Order: sequence, then C-alpha cells, then structure tokens
Amino acid sequence: MSDETTNPLREQIQTAIEENPVLLFMKGTPEQPMCGFSARTVAILQSVGQPFAAVNILPDPRIRQELSTLSNWPTIPQLFIDGELVGGCDIVTEMYESGELQQALGLDNGAPSGPAPEPQAPEPAPLSIENRL
Amino acid sequence: MAVSGAPATPEELKQRIESGIPGATAEVTGDGHHFNAVVSAPAFAGLSRIAQHRLVYDVFGAEVGDRIHALSIQTKASEPRTESIA
Repeated sequence: MSDETTNPLREQIQTAIEENPVLLFMKGTPEQPMCGFSARTVAILQSVGQPFAAVNILPDPRIRQELSTLSNWPTIPQLFIDGELVGGCDIVTEMYESGELQQALGLDNGAPSGPAPEPQAPEPAPLSIENRL
Repeated sequence: MAVSGAPATPEELKQRIESGIPGATAEVTGDGHHFNAVVSAPAFAGLSRIAQHRLVYDVFGAEVGDRIHALSIQTKASEPRTESIA
C-alpha cells in the first residue's frame, strides 16, 4: 500500500496508545489541566485511583489532528483503555456514574458510584507519565 | 445549511441533528460556543456509546472543535413508536 508519506507523529501516537494500558489525551497536564472537560476526566480517573499516562495535545496542533484522524473522534479529551477509545468527558462521566468505568479498568465489581467528582485543586497525579510526542 | 461564519445556535444544532439522524429528537442548550445536546434516536439501539456519539458528531464534521467549540452529548436509544411492547 502507498501511504503517500510516512507519518512519524501518527506512528508515535499509535505506539503510545498501544503501550499505555490507560492513556488520556488532554489539554494541559493532570497537574494543570487547561480545559474543564480535561480537568473533569482527570478528576474521575484520580478518584477511582487509576494510574494513567497523559499526553498534552496543546504544544503542537498536529497532535490533535493526527489523533482525531486516527481515532475518528473530534474532541479532546480522549481516554483509551487497553488500546481502545472509550470516549471523551461525557462518556467517561456516564461510565463512572454507572460503575462501568471501574469495571472496564478492572478496579472493582462495578457498583454505581454516584455523581462524578468535580475537579479539585491540583494535586500531584500518581504515576502520570508525560509522553513526549 | 448554516452560513459559515455565522455563530452557531442551539436551534441550528437541534435542527441539524434531527434532520441528520433519522427519527432523532434533540434538546440542545448552549451559548454559541459550548453546547450540550441530549439526543434520542431509534438508530442508537444496539450501538455502543462511542458509536452513538459518533453519529451525532458526524452531523457536524469538522465544525466540532472549530465553529462549534465544544459539544457535550448524552444519547439515548428511543424505541420506534409501536404499540406497547412488554
């Protein structure tokens, strides 16, 4: 097949998705989210105690372009679990409240968790990995 | 279709969702940049949330993230209107 050019950035994104079991593409960092939707998604992952890798898409607009092309999903954040796109803030929130998120992460028996947590003042994110794409 | 450059309105988004997804009903709120859409459609039945949300995003294509800065979506599969099914 002839992809017109090799695309190192897309390959790096694909590799990051494959290599990190829980990966969040977001605006800003877990310590300093730059968008309310990203902040909310980080708060949910932190509240369930899930370590996750994070990629800040803001430094280079091409990251977002390539990611959205790859994932067929237009908005940020995007949460990947085991290489699969789970969704953005809305879906992650719904899944958290129903317990499906915890189940997908293998964290507990999937008991409903009630309303999603609001973002708190920044605190250090455990094991967050800043990927350098 | 919308005149490009004109601000998006909740009414416009509602109409485009309802005409773009067969049988859909949508409630849309928003301020011209950030919108929230609650969409019900028979077409959602049996689809994952991801697939349901993609159907809604697909109505707007590249406008999402651009002219429509942010679009929150909640989807529900609605039953096709039939007599009561237990």
